Amino acid sequence: MTTLPSATEKKLGLVIDLDTCVGCHACVISCKGWNTENYGAPLSDQDAYGADPSGTFLNRVHSFEVQPPEGHAQLVHFPKSCLHCEDAPCVTVCPTGASYKRVEDGIVLVNEDNCIGCGLCAWSCPYGARELDLAEGVMKKCTLCVDRIYNENLPEVDRVPSCVRTCPAGARHFGDLGDPDSDVSKLVAEREGMDLMPEMGTKPVNKYLPPRPKDQIEDQIDILAPLLAPVTEGPGGFMGWLDKALDKLPGQSSGGTA
Amino acid sequence: MHPAPSVIVFTTLSGLGFGLLAYLGLGYPPVTGWVAFVFYLIGFGLAVGGLLASTFHLGRPERAWRALTQWKTSWLSREGLCAVAALLVMGLYAIGAIFLDQHWTLLGLLGAVLSIATVFTTSMIYTQLKTIPRWNMPLTPVLFLSFSLAGGALLAGQERLAPWLLLVAGAVQLAYWAKGDQAFASSGTSMATATGLGDRGAVRAFEPPHTGSNYLLREFVHVVGRKHALKLRVFAFGLGFVLPVLCLWLPTESSLAKHLMAAVAVLAHLAGVVVSRWLFFAQAEHVVGLYYGKR
Ligand code: SF4
Ligand code: SF4
Ligand code: SF4
Repeated sequence: MTTLPSATEKKLGLVIDLDTCVGCHACVISCKGWNTENYGAPLSDQDAYGADPSGTFLNRVHSFEVQPPEGHAQLVHFPKSCLHCEDAPCVTVCPTGASYKRVEDGIVLVNEDNCIGCGLCAWSCPYGARELDLAEGVMKKCTLCVDRIYNENLPEVDRVPSCVRTCPAGARHFGDLGDPDSDVSKLVAEREGMDLMPEMGTKPVNKYLPPRPKDQIEDQIDILAPLLAPVTEGPGGFMGWLDKALDKLPGQSSGGTA
Repeated sequence: MHPAPSVIVFTTLSGLGFGLLAYLGLGYPPVTGWVAFVFYLIGFGLAVGGLLASTFHLGRPERAWRALTQWKTSWLSREGLCAVAALLVMGLYAIGAIFLDQHWTLLGLLGAVLSIATVFTTSMIYTQLKTIPRWNMPLTPVLFLSFSLAGGALLAGQERLAPWLLLVAGAVQLAYWAKGDQAFASSGTSMATATGLGDRGAVRAFEPPHTGSNYLLREFVHVVGRKHALKLRVFAFGLGFVLPVLCLWLPTESSLAKHLMAAVAVLAHLAGVVVSRWLFFAQAEHVVGLYYGKR
């Protein structure tokens, strides 16, 4: 049913640390690996080895450059997947009831047997978190690895989303953001976690931890450096003579005006 | 947005078709017998043809009936229901008019209301999307309804009414373009809010997630066709509204010339609306483009 639950028992989601993420794309690969062989239709690729490869991904890592008014630019790697919004527009627009938000944990899922592949849910998502699979004709999205987190066949350490389990930098955290005492909620409080596009009114569950400010790089960092400064700008001595002599030879000059 | 031919054909034809059916339901013109048959054939042909075209962009068209179930929240579902109801009611009304020489006034009225409601629900599918500021405006349903009423009047041969409704629709079109051009900027969404990094400096897309394209870029980021937008607007406005009004207002002697002019008016209007719809999609910018440094 596409009516959103007024409240969910838990708000399971991710906290992504933009300060720690190194942009290695390991989470992208492990997400694709797990989800292509588990929940629902596989994540197909088109022309994978050809000139124009593309495919379905549930998690993509962008990189942005931030140039402050003063000082050095900063590079921020930016993983993006479904934010399991509380006010998920993708659920209410769905004409078939294929999209739904679970009451027990707030996960937003697609029942692929009912999906007609109209694409309207993807149109309504501000974050580009839904992709229509070209081979299957149904909508794919992050399931928060619903088939891992409750899976008692897996060792306990693996009962987290595949991306979280994989991240070598520890930039991804999983937990109940509805519980103020959970580790993830404390992390968000401590680091002032933020919403993406809050003006869209989607109330995302996933939070992003902003990058910490960079240390200032002083202009002069080495006290010995002044002693090593070049004494003269132009080449002198033997090298200077050689440079001039070579310039006089017919043919291409070694530098400067030709 | 990617201007998919199926969606352009669908909104254009079904808008005109349901517009015509609405007039027929109200008894303008009060046709019966063979003449009614021709009118209803055109009305149903356009409406049903449009609806069929819309199923071509589905990934799983064989399950389309499921789209009728979620009317409580989904405008797309409401549109499906309204369309089916309008076609059924107008079908019954048409049987009365064609075969029994009867005009069941109340049934026709209901059919007209349902036909207009179908056009309104279609427009709301687009209007509801906050992610596409150019569509997320009260003018969007006004645009769809005014087009449908003007085109319907033209097809129904309402020579007196049609030019005025065309002028109104043309004015709405101009207002929609003027307001739409401001929509993205005034929505307040930018790369700064999309990344949450705006308060630390100017944000620039440095590297996309993949070197190749993807579903999101193909579906939502259509920059190519926009460079001719102004020329196309002139075409859309001239063909869709100016030329039909001239055709209808030009004094004609014979009834043949008159019919010919009406036919030209209808075809020009149809072509103009198609161009306008193409622009409606091609110029619509989805906020997800911001993550790719594009609009
Ligand atoms: S991120 Fe997009 S797909 Fe996920 S719940 Fe929010 S609106 Fe829906
Ligand atoms: S693509 Fe599938 S899940 Fe999305 S709105 Fe259409 S039917 Fe619902
Ligand atoms: S695996 Fe971790 S560090 Fe690597 S891109 Fe993903 S979130 Fe960033």
